[in-house]
Amino acid sequence: MNVFKRIIRFYVEGFRSMTLGKTLWALILIKLFIMFAILKLFFFPNFLSSNFDNNDDRAQHVRSELSRPR
Amino acid sequence: MEDLTALVDWSRAQFALTAMYHWLFVPLTLGLSVIIGIMETIYYRTRDVKWLATTKFWMTLFGINFAVGVATGIILEFEFGTNWSNYSWFVGDIFGAPLAIEGILAFFMESTFIAVMFFGWNKVSPKFHLASTWLTALGASISALWILIANAWMQHPVGMEFEPEQMRNVMTDFWALVFSPVAVNKFIHTVLSGWCLAGVFVVGVSAWLLLKKRNVPMALRSIKVGAWVGLVGIVLTAGSGDGSAKVVSRVQPMKLAAMEGLYHGHQGQSIVAMGILNPDKTHDNAEEEFIFDISIPYGLSILANGDMNSFVPGVADLVNGISIDANGDTINTVSYAERIARGKMAQEALRKFDAARAAGDNAAMDAARAGIKENFNYFGYGYLNSVDEAIPNVPLVFYSFHIMVILGGYFMLFFVLVLFLVYKRDNVLTGNRWIQLIAIASIPLVWICSEAGWVVAEVGRQPWTIEGLLPNCAAVSAIPTTSVMVTFFIFVVVFAALLAAEIKIMLGQISRKSLNDLDKAEL
Repeated sequence: MNVFKRIIRFYVEGFRSMTLGKTLWALILIKLFIMFAILKLFFFPNFLSSNFDNNDDRAQHVRSELSRPR
Repeated sequence: MEDLTALVDWSRAQFALTAMYHWLFVPLTLGLSVIIGIMETIYYRTRDVKWLATTKFWMTLFGINFAVGVATGIILEFEFGTNWSNYSWFVGDIFGAPLAIEGILAFFMESTFIAVMFFGWNKVSPKFHLASTWLTALGASISALWILIANAWMQHPVGMEFEPEQMRNVMTDFWALVFSPVAVNKFIHTVLSGWCLAGVFVVGVSAWLLLKKRNVPMALRSIKVGAWVGLVGIVLTAGSGDGSAKVVSRVQPMKLAAMEGLYHGHQGQSIVAMGILNPDKTHDNAEEEFIFDISIPYGLSILANGDMNSFVPGVADLVNGISIDANGDTINTVSYAERIARGKMAQEALRKFDAARAAGDNAAMDAARAGIKENFNYFGYGYLNSVDEAIPNVPLVFYSFHIMVILGGYFMLFFVLVLFLVYKRDNVLTGNRWIQLIAIASIPLVWICSEAGWVVAEVGRQPWTIEGLLPNCAAVSAIPTTSVMVTFFIFVVVFAALLAAEIKIMLGQISRKSLNDLDKAEL
């Protein structure tokens, strides 16, 4: 059996034999879903990436922000 | 202005909440992985199945902690991009490089070998399994290393040059970043404090087993390993704390002054072992610093400079730019008013650079660039309107520091006492309910101690996201405060639910597993 098959079987058997691990994986997946599919998508857009098209514009925005007299 | 203050405050609160939540899990992973590694090593060398049972018991708790804690740090990166976009751009690749290395090298290393740790019993050789356990522990520490290097750069920016055209800092010396004295001390201090925390956790949980008279031999074995690791951890943490204090006195003297509630420094400065700050004291009044204090003569001079007669500046000395040299002569340093003025000059040069760039005037751009460079060390001070804004929250830093130190001292005594009792022949530890209860009660205390350490590190450097270069008010994104408030409360709910899930699963496992005779279960 080649190495890749053995590695895959190792993981498959490992996941199958889990008891508490299944609950923990469910917890991890729910958490990742909340983080990436809800929080990142709807609440945490990258401010500069979503408001400016290129790095020059982003740099210009930050320069304006940071050189604005206060 | 009020809107900006609210935005900064909510953004800070959200970041603090996320970071403190993340830190509930990290130190336990760092320390418990080492404890498990030692237990499995003993099993590997003795082939005594009782040590295998002990290893597996703690490995389950490690797995729960890892599962709930994993990836919570990624939320901090979301916040950088959304709430702190000026900062994220300004730091350039300096912050990104260590984090990318962390992600690629350490996280994958940790994740790969953790699978072997949990799935590999009876599938890989005992030697390979043991190596995987240790590599998981090493991976966790390497992961922490890169995060702490990034954090250390924010505390003491080195190895970079500001490039106004790109409006970001460009890394010029990677190794200066990696071997920054702040990074080295921070790494040692932080990782080893995780050993102490995990030691208290193992001793505390084992004490509960003793209290319930379940798996007593396993509990005693665990206490021996946990207490030794904890003792080594706390002794070395204290030692590295001494190193940290010397570095802080050099690169962040305002933080050191806040840690000690020191407003007016002296030669041969005493250190406050315990005290109550006078809430009316400010840097520009003549009130007493403390309502009550117990001080150790010369302590702070020794801690800060290794010289009992040296001068340690207080908040007012730093603000006014006053120091005293080794001959006892008063000398002037750069006052905060001057720093603000020089910061404003750097920003004026940046505005000139911007105008010259728009006009395509290369000569004017070069002149402006030189003007920025001349005062760049004080660039961030230009955003401040008064010297008061450059002073951190002294009471919060002072009390957090003293809580950390007092609890650290307590844990040192705790481990010594536990080790003395666990090796005594008359089994004092198994029969003394009070000691068992103290050990259990110490579990939340060690988390308070650990979080207090981060409060000192992070609140002590306020108002800076990058020391001297970028205060919070300039680092924050121009986003609505309400959106930050909404996500703050979402985090409160999500984090509370996850924490409740972890505690429930962990307590359930400890309780259920310990009902069986685990030593026999492995036979």
